[in-house]
Amino acid sequence: MASSSESPSPYARTLDCVHCGLCLPYCPTHQVLGVEADSPRGRIYLMRALAEGRVQDPTAIRPFLDRCLDCRACETACPSGVKYGEILEDTKARLERDRPQRGLRAFLVRFLLWHVVARQRRLRVLFAVLRLLEITGLRWLATKLRVVPAAIAKLAPPVPPAIERSPLPTGEHHPPATVARRGERVALFTGCIMEPMFGRVHRATLQVLLANGFQVVVPAAQRCCGALLVHAGQPDRARELARANVRAFADVDVVLNNSAGCGCAMKEYGHLLGDADGAAFAAKCRDISEFLAERGLSTAPAECRARAAYDDPCHLCHGQGVRSQPRQLLAQVPGLELVAHDKPEDCCGSAGIYNLLQPELAGEIGRKKIESLARAGVDLVLTGNPGCMLQIDSHLRAAGHKVRVRHPIELLVPPQ
Amino acid sequence: MPRLESALVRLLGPQRVLTSPDALLAWECDGFTVHKSRPRAVVLPESTAEVQAVVRLLADAQVPFVPRGAGTCLSGGPTAGTTAVVLDLSRMRRVLRIETADLFAVVEPGVVNADLTAAVKHLGLHYAPDPSSQTVCTIGGNFAENSGGPHCFKYGMTQDHVLAALVVLPDGSLARLGSPAGSRLPGSVDLTALFCGSEGTFGIATEITVRLCRDQESVRTLLASFATMTAACRTVGDIVAAGLVPAALEILDQATIRAVEASVYRAGYPADAAAVLLVELDGPTAVVGEEAAEVRAAFARNGALRIEEATDPNERKRLWKGRKGAFGAMGRLNTDLYVLDGVVPRTRLEEALAGITAIGAKHGVLMTNVFHAGDGNLHPNISYDGRDAAATARTIAAGHEILQLCVDLGGSISGEHGIGTEKLDHVRMMYDAADLAVMAKVRAVWNPDDRCNPGKALPSRSACAESAKWPAMTARILRDEVRP
Repeated sequence: MASSSESPSPYARTLDCVHCGLCLPYCPTHQVLGVEADSPRGRIYLMRALAEGRVQDPTAIRPFLDRCLDCRACETACPSGVKYGEILEDTKARLERDRPQRGLRAFLVRFLLWHVVARQRRLRVLFAVLRLLEITGLRWLATKLRVVPAAIAKLAPPVPPAIERSPLPTGEHHPPATVARRGERVALFTGCIMEPMFGRVHRATLQVLLANGFQVVVPAAQRCCGALLVHAGQPDRARELARANVRAFADVDVVLNNSAGCGCAMKEYGHLLGDADGAAFAAKCRDISEFLAERGLSTAPAECRARAAYDDPCHLCHGQGVRSQPRQLLAQVPGLELVAHDKPEDCCGSAGIYNLLQPELAGEIGRKKIESLARAGVDLVLTGNPGCMLQIDSHLRAAGHKVRVRHPIELLVPPQ
Repeated sequence: MPRLESALVRLLGPQRVLTSPDALLAWECDGFTVHKSRPRAVVLPESTAEVQAVVRLLADAQVPFVPRGAGTCLSGGPTAGTTAVVLDLSRMRRVLRIETADLFAVVEPGVVNADLTAAVKHLGLHYAPDPSSQTVCTIGGNFAENSGGPHCFKYGMTQDHVLAALVVLPDGSLARLGSPAGSRLPGSVDLTALFCGSEGTFGIATEITVRLCRDQESVRTLLASFATMTAACRTVGDIVAAGLVPAALEILDQATIRAVEASVYRAGYPADAAAVLLVELDGPTAVVGEEAAEVRAAFARNGALRIEEATDPNERKRLWKGRKGAFGAMGRLNTDLYVLDGVVPRTRLEEALAGITAIGAKHGVLMTNVFHAGDGNLHPNISYDGRDAAATARTIAAGHEILQLCVDLGGSISGEHGIGTEKLDHVRMMYDAADLAVMAKVRAVWNPDDRCNPGKALPSRSACAESAKWPAMTARILRDEVRP
């Protein structure tokens, strides 16, 4: 039985696994490492043993859990419907509570997630500083002096100029007079990293929604979704953010997300908050592609002559079950040739801040993704999550490929 | 760190030698979760030379060892005793050679069954044996267990598809068995066939040469549902009696259908049917067309409720999906699953199923049935709660009776899952002391000091703790049944 006095739910969920192993080939870390304890089946077994009190030293199993990308591909493969993500997140929360990870690195991660990433203003300052370092050549110097690890420096993307990082104006946005209105008001979630790295995606999202006749509100009181905190075993802090978001979006029926990771986490607020408010909020959340495919485009996208591959973000396909919608929308882009590549649903290795925490493994997984895209011979890769966009772009650049990476919504913008 | 472990780390590096007792819990069992035991260590070799080096070290230290693939075995084959070191071969997964004209491939043991087919698909070829776990299980494990699968009714078991192998013997030496041109040695002793199905007790195959089959011109997959299991079984009898040799003949019972339909492997099987029969025909288009008509006639004669036919590869995949995901879907019924494996003559399927249902009822266990009807290979699955000692004991006891029933009907205790640790007590249902002595002598030629996967597949009279471990574990579980 569960060693903790709390609800035994994560333990009970481990019992859904009958050890059949059908998840193994879908697990990115098992594909690379070939280690049972680095597979979903193995990790579930270890988490079950932990809950049963059979693990003597929990720190011994922690590395296997930390190497998990939480990509949920195993959930897609599991015939028993094991809720792997919930088991992992709850187990990590317990571990973090009972024996928080020590050391500078753990401290930095905790500090960064709570005091920077979760606070939009500080994040903006951080990116302004990073940009400054870049312009003044200090980044180059830091790399040369090896202040920054070479693997990270090589992959770290350039920070875009201030104009591209400028935040989306908060408040109400109305469709232009020339557009037929749909009479539906939707809210846009802006998240953390999308704005400073891909502000253009937010602007494109807004533009597409307005051009298609929707009234859009960008609530000023919205906060970070909390996904990274949940993955890092800090659900209490994530709950604080979740409650703020429930309040910030209280007056809308539809909350739209253009970031698969945030969208997935917000659809899981019901589980995170464990109350009716959380569940009601979750029910309002839609990925932008899900929403637009459902409502239909009333304004045709601009022409885009390219040979493109759509790569499924894990937290969109496995986490939200959204697979056909982005493809269906992209099929409406004039001139776009959408080609299939191998294993579009395999993780790219981004997984939140995983590529910073596990650079080697993330690199290996990223390289496999690039190989698959290279085989397809595309000049454009489309994916709907900022982490995946960064990871795929970095690896494409590192491998010397001249392939652009874009968010699908960018291709839905109508002609100017 | 003890000397052996240090030596292993020197050989493979710290990343490929796992010794933390807590981490080793993950290697405690395979798909047969009744027997659990934590190995002494796990090593991850990446080449024949590394396997040899590890095995030599273990030979010098007189330490037992257990080879392991993907751990999808259902009889405890790769479950290691506490003194044994596991050689996990998952990292040896290269396809070394593909000979398109001569129709064979040379692979490392960790190559996943379905990956081999994927690697030769563009050549119009495939690897025929297809266990339900084919997307996970490895060719090495298939070779060790002589695995079957739905298509083995027509195409034969793994044994019929392995032509040659390079094996590391328990003393660390290398032996070549068979040849791609045919696996007979002078003197007509087929060592490859002998090694196949030895359940990892003869040595470790590090290169396996397998036959590749050409894709058939035409494949048709039909599914019929029936109001009774008897009608489904009779249909199978009719099809075989008509002289047809379908590529596969699979039956799923109602409880299985319902579990599968609730899962991601849902295939659109009718949930109200008592049984569905999946028939696959392959061959030249004209022949397959005639055979399909005969199969449809047999369906009709036996009162099929609904007949479906896959018209394209995606449809075909869908119809198979439910069958292939059936075992895993049982996790929806209870916390643990005991997948049994027994064989009866095809003509006695109805009798066997009635008997199995009665045994299930007698022990009060929740049973589902999925089976390769064509070759009479039954898989009664018992869903139980492994934390409940009495329920576990009832499960084991029911399993024992079912296997006795199979033997009594003229069948056998294993069609494809092997003996492993699971059926050590059942071997004597089929073989007497003299039979077992012959088998033990054959094994001793390969594995004289019984360090290579000790205590598996053959009940042993030796006093070695590893050999006595599993029957003792079963006995302990059974004793719990009578405990208040």
